[in-house]
Amino acid sequence: MKIINFDHFAATMMRPEVKEAMEPFFIQEYGNPQSIHTLSDEPREALNRARLQAADILNAASNEIIFTSSGSESNNLAIKGTAFARMDKGKHIIVSKIEHFSVLNAVKSLVKLGFEVSEVSVDKYGTVNPQDIKNALRKDTILVSITHASNEIGTIQDIKEISKIVHENSGAYIHTDANTSCGFIETDVKELGVDMLSASPHRFYGPKGTGLFYLKKGVRIMPLIDGGIQEFGRRAGTENVPAIVGAGVACELAKKELKDRTAHLLPIQKEIMDGVLSGLDEVYLNGHPEKRLPNNLNFVVKYIEGESMLMWLNNNGIMVASGSACTSKILKSSHVLSAIGVDPALAQGSLLISLGEDNTMEDAAYFVKELPPIVDKLRQMSPLYEEVKRKNKV
Amino acid sequence: MPVYSEKVMDHFQNPRNVGEIENADGVGELGNPTCGDIMKIYIKVKDDKIDDIKFKTFGCGAAIATSSMVTELVKGKALEEAEKISNEVVAEALDGLPPVKMHCSNLAADALHLAVEDYRARKAGKGPIGRVETPEHDESDILEHV
Repeated sequence: MKIINFDHFAATMMRPEVKEAMEPFFIQEYGNPQSIHTLSDEPREALNRARLQAADILNAASNEIIFTSSGSESNNLAIKGTAFARMDKGKHIIVSKIEHFSVLNAVKSLVKLGFEVSEVSVDKYGTVNPQDIKNALRKDTILVSITHASNEIGTIQDIKEISKIVHENSGAYIHTDANTSCGFIETDVKELGVDMLSASPHRFYGPKGTGLFYLKKGVRIMPLIDGGIQEFGRRAGTENVPAIVGAGVACELAKKELKDRTAHLLPIQKEIMDGVLSGLDEVYLNGHPEKRLPNNLNFVVKYIEGESMLMWLNNNGIMVASGSACTSKILKSSHVLSAIGVDPALAQGSLLISLGEDNTMEDAAYFVKELPPIVDKLRQMSPLYEEVKRKNKV
Repeated sequence: MPVYSEKVMDHFQNPRNVGEIENADGVGELGNPTCGDIMKIYIKVKDDKIDDIKFKTFGCGAAIATSSMVTELVKGKALEEAEKISNEVVAEALDGLPPVKMHCSNLAADALHLAVEDYRARKAGKGPIGRVETPEHDESDILEHV
């Protein structure tokens, strides 16, 4: 059976060019880039090339790029790094309610250390109102961290406007979590006006085990890992050269192919959106109808539970995710769906689709055909559906 | 998916005794939509035995499989025997469940007991009992299992 990956936010397949570029750095060119001798020459060169490639996709200077281990580490570095470096100036941080856990749990840890956090609400589409950021700013605000695009509902934020407001009205830094958006929409740090940005190459056909962090020249953070002078002293530890090389190539490909990728994804996204909304009753789309990533869809299918839907789709070769409590590992339904006002009982029927370059229009058509019988089967055995049917008859 | 045993997958994909019983003698409905699981078990009782049993479940794979298994385990059995079946017995009959699912989705025996209780209550003129809400999960309990 053909496997259709509709869960690219979890994993994308590495591009052959990425793997090929990484290969020499496992055995032949295994040297440590920080050594002085010949063994280090090519790894050091490769590291510099990767930094330029990463800088290019973000429109940054290469000495503003720090390689980390993951998107989560980049987010932690932005938040805790700023907090520890600037606690003499203030202890107030602003985030939104729909951030990734690597942001929300990082600020939760800081609260235990005496920091204060304001979580800004979002509207029903998951959009942060820049005026709400303005209202939340205080004299002691040291950082504002808002996601560029939601990793669940795909809504894109007006980071440019938010950055402007933050800089005009405070001395706070502005960080954006672009771990979901980078590689799929423009992530130009000058255009966005941010001081820091996190990006995740494994989300766009690069290797796992590396993350990007943009730190604008002059922005002061404290490292989370102290040690040697790797990554300009901002992140110690011997560099993961193969992964960084792969990340660099993934960045170069993404920059080159960005328009083509969007052109490929949009019709598939539309086919699924139209097909699901017209093929099923009592299903609705979460996130902004237009201002959303080209590779994400999030539906709520009423009266059934996400994991059982996911398992049936899996049975038919379609890999998806859900924001239901049962799929969350900590048995809590999605905080993002809750923030946009989805009733917790309905959030159980969440269906999260994230597309990638290996998806086709045929995949979309197959999914649209396979989903309704699965939903029907599960609704037929759902006591919630039974109740509704009974009420409607009365 | 290797998260679940083959038996769980079998009962999830081919659930036994799905449906409703009109004019059931006892109904046990248990769960919390916020947690993602609601089980409803209908029984028909004859000579103190479970003559027929059907279920409807809103929930994950484990919730559906345990509901199906419990109906199979007690169909035709005496009420007293049915009352002795525990959630653990149901999980064992399915060759086990992932630890985190033992908490939330393994309520089928409880729903069955509720159905029997409801039957007895109705007989005594004190029923029906209606849906019983289970409490929401405590995060600290769950983190031990992940």
